[in-house]
Amino acid sequence: MKPIVVLGSGLAGYSVIRELRKLDRDIPVTLVTRDSGDFYSKPMLSNAYAQGKDAAGLVLTRAAEMAAQLGITLLAETEVHAIDRTNKKLATSAGELAYDRLVIALGADPIRIPVQGDAADAVMSVNDIADYAQLRKSVQGVGHITIMGGGLIGCEFANDWATTGYKVSVIDPGPYPLASLMPEQAGKQLLAPLAAIGVDWHFGTSVSRVDRRENGYTLTLADGTQLQTGLVISAVGLRPRIALAQAAGLEVNRGIKVDAYLRSSDPAIFALGDCAEIDGKVQPFVLPIMHAARALAKTLSGCETPVVFPAMPVVVKTPAHPVAVLPVARDAVGNWQLRANSDGVKMAFLDAEQCMTGFVLTGRYAAERNEMSKQLGHPLPAVAESPLPGAKE
Amino acid sequence: MKVWQCVVCGFIYDETQGLPEEGIKPGTKWADIPENWACPDCGVAKADFEMIEV
Repeated sequence: MKPIVVLGSGLAGYSVIRELRKLDRDIPVTLVTRDSGDFYSKPMLSNAYAQGKDAAGLVLTRAAEMAAQLGITLLAETEVHAIDRTNKKLATSAGELAYDRLVIALGADPIRIPVQGDAADAVMSVNDIADYAQLRKSVQGVGHITIMGGGLIGCEFANDWATTGYKVSVIDPGPYPLASLMPEQAGKQLLAPLAAIGVDWHFGTSVSRVDRRENGYTLTLADGTQLQTGLVISAVGLRPRIALAQAAGLEVNRGIKVDAYLRSSDPAIFALGDCAEIDGKVQPFVLPIMHAARALAKTLSGCETPVVFPAMPVVVKTPAHPVAVLPVARDAVGNWQLRANSDGVKMAFLDAEQCMTGFVLTGRYAAERNEMSKQLGHPLPAVAESPLPGAKE
Repeated sequence: MKVWQCVVCGFIYDETQGLPEEGIKPGTKWADIPENWACPDCGVAKADFEMIEV
């Protein structure tokens, strides 16, 4: 019997296998990964340094143990070159591999913004455990770190490194932190608490040049500012890995296009995680992956099950000022209402019927995300306090 | 008292501290948390947690 073949040993690949094994111990499964196959928590890459963890310390379960626990064949350090859909075979660096059904869980590549200068190639990205190991090596003897990107990962890194005593500069062409996730009044809450632990913010500009100097680099920003730094990390976003699927003629857009059953334009091929575009949406977060993995496992075991996503707030791991956000679509109709603002903000997005469809909680309100999630889709009671400044933003 | 860690996202549950914001009192043993409880950070079920050293 030909196996179900899963490509990628990240959270998406391993979760779908783990869920499948709860339903079926016998169906043959082969996992192909270009990595070692060790299982680790990717979200911890951006907050592990302050916890004193090295790369080995992030590994939760070694590859061999994962394979034994899950009862799968693991092909580690193996590249997949092509998918032959007609014959349902893969061409890999370890030879040909036939599949009954194929699950693509290859993740995403960091987006790199081109910069000038003789050290442009020294800009690092931290997208997997090998990058993290490299980062820990590169940071030896460095006092100042520059992070390109003030989004979720950029802010988490800034908090993590500043907590451990590094001076950190964050450079972002946008107007304030986390700008793609929340309104200005909420994003700006991070400015002072992170500045207090050593973060220096530069918004409305970007890195133009990175040049080598003794013991580090000189950065030149688009606005002419120059910074001396010891290490430059780029955290400006992710691009789904679609090349393999595209070359095989599968329908792709930003990600590999799949329906609510995680099924691509080929009925024997599925995709989930950061490489997938489910019903038009790429959702590179942990919670959507877990829901997709559970639904796909049921479908693979013979019970066709669409994924249904509940409200999935995103937690930003910035202990200096914690944030939980349920973002709304860029074109959503409605407005943000400020509901409380002492040591953080609580904001709700109200649609035309005055029902809450999104929220942002920062600082001491961040812990209220479950209560807020329960109120989604309902009108909220009037704000108790007298109107707050900026409440109509 | 033990400390537990979510295998998916690294979330840590410390029995000594509990999770007061989720209605779990300090000192609540892992065994006494309901089976339908899920990791507040990533949503995995209780069965997917794994114990780490105290």
